[in-house]
Amino acid sequence: MKTAVILLPGLNRDRDMIAALTKVSGRAPTTIWQTETNIPSDIELIVIPGGFSYGDYLRCGAIAARMPVMQAVAERAKTGTRIMGVCNGFQILLETGLLPGALMRNANLNFVCREVELEVANAKTAFSSGYEQGQVIRCPVAHHDGNYFADEETLARLKGEDRVVFRYANGTNPNGSVDNIAGIVNSTGNILGMMPHPENLIEPAHGGDHGRGIFESALNIALA
Amino acid sequence: MKARITVTLKNGVLDPQGKAIEGALGTLGFENVGGVRQGKIFDVELAHDDKAKAETDLQAMCEALLANTVIENYAIEIR
Repeated sequence: MKTAVILLPGLNRDRDMIAALTKVSGRAPTTIWQTETNIPSDIELIVIPGGFSYGDYLRCGAIAARMPVMQAVAERAKTGTRIMGVCNGFQILLETGLLPGALMRNANLNFVCREVELEVANAKTAFSSGYEQGQVIRCPVAHHDGNYFADEETLARLKGEDRVVFRYANGTNPNGSVDNIAGIVNSTGNILGMMPHPENLIEPAHGGDHGRGIFESALNIALA
Repeated sequence: MKARITVTLKNGVLDPQGKAIEGALGTLGFENVGGVRQGKIFDVELAHDDKAKAETDLQAMCEALLANTVIENYAIEIR
């Protein structure tokens, strides 16, 4: 499967994401700069990596979300192309309106850089099929604004439609996210946004490979 | 023409920074603070003097970029 990584000024996890996609898919992703208005039609997975696009000015992800490439991503989203936003990428997807809700400043106001535990709340999505339902995995987090918020109606819809994919488990919620939400999908299930960084836990050199299943799922090479 | 846009968090949206500021005011001895909500102000200079156009344009700017209407309200004041 051909993949692409979106590049914006201020992102800093793009190289980690490119390395992870290269290792798991067996080929290097195409990189697409923010001013591009066209995404090659053979790309089947588009990833928006983490970092601090536009210095987090205005709101995290707000300016990045208005760049031309995000229009192109939104167009591809409509056709069912898989799209994954990690950390700042999640914030950008929320700011574009491709996913519902918002990510607020962490409840304890601290930047958190540590490992958390995630429960796979829905193992039936395109991004989690490589895991067992309810499986608890390790995953690193590194962010200042990861406190997921959505109004009651949106939360009810997310839960009712089984769109919460990952929840912080065993008291490791690092940011105060409502209902321990760490990752969600859109209503058609082809867009994932998550705060933790699975790309940093895909091989023994990382200290484990619990994050690899997300890439294997999205790339249709999961074993489960 | 100048305008000021004030962006504030909607009611019901948790504001951890406002809470921390409220706590700090308490620490400084300001005991009668019932709550603090943090917001943003944008002073925008427009290159024309058409008030009606300014209102329309500024509202579009708020909707398009300056406020995230999922969590924020905005108010426009033309000066």
